[in-house]
Amino acid sequence: MISFVLRRLASAVPTLFIVVTISFFLMRFAPGGPFNLERPLPPQTMANLMATYHLDQPLWNQYVAYIGNAVTGDFGPSYIYKDNTVAELIGKGLPYSMELGFYALMLALIGGVLTGTIAALRQNSALDFAIMSISTIGVTVPNFVVGPVLTLIFAITLAWVPAGSWGDGSLRFLILPMIALALPQLAVFARLTRGSMIEALHTDHIRTARAYGLPARTVVITHAMRAAMLPVVSYLAPCAAALLTGSAVVETIFTIPGVGRYFVLGAINRDYTLVMGTVVLVAIFVIVFNLLVDILYGLLDPRVRHD
Amino acid sequence: MTDKRETILAVRDLKVTFTTPDGDVQAVKGIDLDIKAGETLAVVGESGSGKSQTMMGIMGLLAKNGKVTGSAKYRGQELIGLPMKGLNTVRGAKITMIFQEPMTSLDPLYTIGRQIAEPIVHHRGGSFKQARARVLELLELVGIPDPARRIDSYPHEMSGGQRQRVMIAMALANDPDILIADEPTTALDVTIQAQILDLLNKLQAKFGMAVVLITHDLGIVKHFASRVAVMRRGEVVETGSTADIFERPQADYTKMLLAAEPHGRKLSPADTAPIILEGANVAVDYVTGGGLFGSSAGVFRAVDGVSIRLKEGQTIGIVGESGSGKSTLGRALLRLVPSSGRYQFGATNISDFGRSAMRPLRRQLQLVFQDPYGSLSPRQTVGEIITEGLYVHEPQLSRADRDKRAIEALKEVGLDPAARNRYPHEFSGGQRQRIAIARAIILKPRVVILDEPTSALDRSVQGQVIDLLRTLQKAHGLSYIFISHDLSVIKAMSDYVVVMKNGKIVEEGETDAIFESPRETYTKTLMSAAFTA
Repeated sequence: MISFVLRRLASAVPTLFIVVTISFFLMRFAPGGPFNLERPLPPQTMANLMATYHLDQPLWNQYVAYIGNAVTGDFGPSYIYKDNTVAELIGKGLPYSMELGFYALMLALIGGVLTGTIAALRQNSALDFAIMSISTIGVTVPNFVVGPVLTLIFAITLAWVPAGSWGDGSLRFLILPMIALALPQLAVFARLTRGSMIEALHTDHIRTARAYGLPARTVVITHAMRAAMLPVVSYLAPCAAALLTGSAVVETIFTIPGVGRYFVLGAINRDYTLVMGTVVLVAIFVIVFNLLVDILYGLLDPRVRHD
Repeated sequence: MTDKRETILAVRDLKVTFTTPDGDVQAVKGIDLDIKAGETLAVVGESGSGKSQTMMGIMGLLAKNGKVTGSAKYRGQELIGLPMKGLNTVRGAKITMIFQEPMTSLDPLYTIGRQIAEPIVHHRGGSFKQARARVLELLELVGIPDPARRIDSYPHEMSGGQRQRVMIAMALANDPDILIADEPTTALDVTIQAQILDLLNKLQAKFGMAVVLITHDLGIVKHFASRVAVMRRGEVVETGSTADIFERPQADYTKMLLAAEPHGRKLSPADTAPIILEGANVAVDYVTGGGLFGSSAGVFRAVDGVSIRLKEGQTIGIVGESGSGKSTLGRALLRLVPSSGRYQFGATNISDFGRSAMRPLRRQLQLVFQDPYGSLSPRQTVGEIITEGLYVHEPQLSRADRDKRAIEALKEVGLDPAARNRYPHEFSGGQRQRIAIARAIILKPRVVILDEPTSALDRSVQGQVIDLLRTLQKAHGLSYIFISHDLSVIKAMSDYVVVMKNGKIVEEGETDAIFESPRETYTKTLMSAAFTA
């Protein structure tokens, strides 16, 4: 087990390196740059700025310097938020994104598994149909629609909750962004659970459990549910990585001071270092959660052994 | 002979109906059956006869669209229509079941110890800890070596035979009155099959429960059952003592079943017949594990230095149990898997032939697989399936020519030429195997390797496919390599037999010699385990 974790962590290094390299060059090949504003800067100012940030150096040198700094944890200054380094920006925003993302993840996971299981047990009933229809809507309606609609109903019309901002971080403030974030994922979990649960209920060993007179509760929870959780657990990794690193749309709509905005803002403004920082952040989350999920998978399924 | 034993399960006018989009299908059409204390009743029939669904219906295990009506009284208690709670006091305690698929009938996520304990805890109360002693005792009873260690094993850590023993332990846990064994050995190798049936026999003698043996295999019935009920298309066509059924069958269907055991014998080709396909010192290694950061790779030798010479017009039967390397050998001879050794096809040395060098020879070297369901593309018409090879090997043919060839090939395998416009799912298992054979012979091959071509088929259909293969061999001068675990089929098909075990040849010789005077112990074990009728 320990050697499995170490091997996986070792293989994370080349993965990160490849991710960083590809995004570095992709970003640089995009037209424009961080200082190409609507009103062009005077040539001398431009040249000074380029020199300050070493952007006048050959690309290869910049790349080597970036990698050199990055391994020491220095992701450079942001070109747009000039008073902050990228590490500072992410350090400030990440706790907000992670907290909100964690609540959303829990809501999506618990809600999705519950509704999916109910739908599976009542397969092809009106209830199943209703749950699946709603979850289709959850997957297909984008959160830039869900967010404003929720705000309109619950914050403006009914005035139950504030329309945005982190506030004091209480549930009152977080409930709407949490729902907007969780809804599509909840729908995916519900569909996954329903599908794998129906499959699990049709396996031979469930027939065995029934044939041995075990009560329905035991059959469903002890035997079918555990098998049905395997695909759900697999999806947990990408889902957790996506939710915990924030969403640009939801954070913008509800004015949450998280890191989600930086992906989009960084990319639009050609804020090279900020984009690179967020890419590394997401990559690390994906790698870590995949590892955690693989360990969890091994605990759930004895056929998958990590040795 | 009248049996004075008490009837403990009385089935009357039992019907099982399935609701399907195409209307209701009656799988069991009102049957009567009596199961007497301590007897072994065999319910015999081919696939679709309703033999399994009868028992599933009684046990409340039908699929959701299934419905059971009629009566099944266990010691006076009506089981049909009993609410789940009531039924759950009987099943798993008084009436228990073991299934055909030992690989999938156990939950892969729990240890076998826990799974055997579950019905004990449920029906008798107590904790899993308290049940552990009983579980150990049961594992000992069913012959699992070192129970104290194996009790915490997971199903995937055990072989098929051991898993079936675990299922039997589970079935015995609550001292049942009736044990229903639904094709308990069909998925197992012959030697394992014999051990499992022996075990069931011994346990029955010891504990005196009644055994209902659901099977398609008459060899097993003859050896193990005291009474037989023959089912066909949802009806019981005949019931009687085993001796009566085998000696004096009344119903035509029973007579047909008994006659359907493959028979006949193939004559050897002349000694002067030229060798058409030869493999010398064939070895195949499979690499297991390994990867970028993975542990070092292991090597498993599936075929270990086997030499084989196929003469023109000859049929070599290769017998062995699963894992013996017989199928891999077949693929190696066709150069379909990486292998070492010397290979010769006719006058050509094909040892160093790669994929493209082999391609022109492929039409002369054909392969027919075991599974007629998996080996035909469900999205192609039969015509498309069987003419596919012509595109590669005879590209000059026009559409009309190909169609003509398809008609010929289908006629030759005994199918209506109109079949070419239909899809595989519209055909039965036997018909699909005919389609697979048509796909091979349309190319006019010289050698056909048949990998368990009859194993997925019912006995009566098996006989027809064997007759077809023999006819085709005679008509086209084909040479066969016939791979099977089924000795009676091998006996009917081959003139030369090779017995394989663990990748090596154990014994080989003329069919009569092998069957009448096997020299090696392993061959003798195989023969005695096979219950060939």
